[in-house]
Amino acid sequence: MSGTVQDTRRNPARRIDWQQHVVYLGFLAIFVFFAVVLRDTGFLTVRNLSNIVLQTAPVTIMAIGLVFVLSAGEIDLSVGSTVAVSALSAAVALNGWGLVPGVLAGLGAGLLIGAFNGALVAWLRLPSFLVTLATMGLFAGVARSLTDLRSIPVTNGAFTGFFGSGTLFGIPSLVLWTVAAVAFGHLAFRETRFGAHVLATGDNPRAALVSGIRVPRVRLAVLTLSGGLAGLAGLLYAGRLQAAKYTLGETDLMTVIAATIVGGTLLNGGKGSIVGALVGSLMMGMLNNGLILMGLSVSDQMIVRGFIILVAVALSLREKAS
Amino acid sequence: MARMTAPVLALRDIRKTFGGVVAVEDFSLDIHPGEIVALVGDNGAGKSTLIKIISGVHPPTSGALTIDGADVTMSSATMARAHGIEVVYQDLALADRQSVYMNLFLGRERVRNRLGLLDRRAMIAETARLVEELDVRIPSPHAIIRDLSGGQRQGVAIARATHWARKLVLLDEPTAALGVAETARVEEIILGLKARRIGVLMISHSLDQVFRLADRICVLRRGRQIGVRRTAETDKNEIVAMITGVASGVE
Ligand SMILES: Nc1ncnc2c1ncn2[C@@H]1O[C@H](COP(=O)(O)OP(=O)(O)OP(=O)(O)O)[C@@H](O)[C@H]1O
Ligand SMILES: [Mg+2]
Repeated sequence: MSGTVQDTRRNPARRIDWQQHVVYLGFLAIFVFFAVVLRDTGFLTVRNLSNIVLQTAPVTIMAIGLVFVLSAGEIDLSVGSTVAVSALSAAVALNGWGLVPGVLAGLGAGLLIGAFNGALVAWLRLPSFLVTLATMGLFAGVARSLTDLRSIPVTNGAFTGFFGSGTLFGIPSLVLWTVAAVAFGHLAFRETRFGAHVLATGDNPRAALVSGIRVPRVRLAVLTLSGGLAGLAGLLYAGRLQAAKYTLGETDLMTVIAATIVGGTLLNGGKGSIVGALVGSLMMGMLNNGLILMGLSVSDQMIVRGFIILVAVALSLREKAS
Repeated sequence: MARMTAPVLALRDIRKTFGGVVAVEDFSLDIHPGEIVALVGDNGAGKSTLIKIISGVHPPTSGALTIDGADVTMSSATMARAHGIEVVYQDLALADRQSVYMNLFLGRERVRNRLGLLDRRAMIAETARLVEELDVRIPSPHAIIRDLSGGQRQGVAIARATHWARKLVLLDEPTAALGVAETARVEEIILGLKARRIGVLMISHSLDQVFRLADRICVLRRGRQIGVRRTAETDKNEIVAMITGVASGVE
């Protein structure tokens, strides 16, 4: 019996999911391009490459949250503002009461914002696009007023070690956070009932509902998770930069969405990939880094990145038409 | 109507309105174990609404619903399933981007422990067995629903319902998208349910099919129950007249 299953699994008629591979090809192509074009500017040095990985950690972690959110058929536009509020809350609590309150304040702020978004979407049935568009602005305002636009220094050595410059067995803590988040995210998304319910909810909410899946709870959960992960991203920013400011995360939204979609997650739900989001995020980081090394002006960088996002969205929507 | 067995489902004076629109009114019906009842009527007669009332998707505006003699207030689809009622909806209610086996276990995934780790191997094996047993031609448990033909999708929805049903299966136009051979296959599956002593309420626009399968035929017109006939004691002319309301002396 299981023999038949194995055989049919290799059925040639089974559609090749080239979308899952496009991100790896894109990653390789961009890598090779920069390696050749920038061979004299230090792109290929270990220092530069590891810098890329360290810089992308917060975006990767936000992208993991967004994979859950998009797969459930929702969106979270408020991640950038959540990062700022979380980092500032953490910094203030850290300076006032120490390490543990600081960490709890940062994560708690993220979870609360996420739960707030989730409650409005799940129970009031408001579209997440509008809810998080509004809370994006709302919490950007909160971040500005929280410390009167001032930057708050983060000097707690344990905190900056844990969330920033520290290492464990020679591995930078930012890498460990990334690996842990990707591993747990992948496991939860691919191998648990929760992940299956997220996909079903995004795929066909009515079918999910009549199948006994608690659709509102799934929506609340994914948005809360996204907020919590944005909170963690805020801690990582504060740890690495040793300061928190309202501008943190301000420009990340586009990068996070692009990384997620290039990585094979559909904008309209029902399909996603955590590993794809990781590679997508590294690709966006590499792109940033390479474009800067190439000497492109900020405005040219924006144009090139915008173009890449367009291509990614076009590829994502191709699947819908087929 | 004298029967040895208690009805698996009894509906009494069911009424359902959407805003000002009366979708179903004064509807009463018993379905016994192993009995196939057909629900017929023109488009918009209220057939699907009735199925949704029984399956807990729409609560009735008024009326009583009894399962195995016990009054129930069907407030959700989960509740209907807990009572052993399964449904094949007109729009099938499948998650198109997921695999066949995940759809068969939608909302009832097999897990290996408290953390909810999926037991994919068990779900795949069970799907393969079921697909073979029901002879619904699906390439593989791994196939994605959107890659299947309309008939194969219908096969998945029917396989899911027959797999989980314990008391009652509600079928909303189960063969609407099917070819001749597939239709015959589905009819066999429905007769298989009857053999398992499961009650069946099926909606169909094909009177030939209704007369082939049903023990009784219930006619609905513009939300009103026109009448119930034993298949053996009626003919197509009478049913058509009841559906359309044109012939005199029927109402
Ligand atoms: N959710 C709803 N909200 C408002 N009106 C509804 C709703 N569902 C059904 N109706 C109305 O109730 C009436 C019965 O619809 P229903 O879908 O039950 O018909 P049907 O007999 O299944 O028709 P068909 O053969 O076309 O499937 C129609 O007038 C329809 O417009
Ligand atoms: Mg209908």
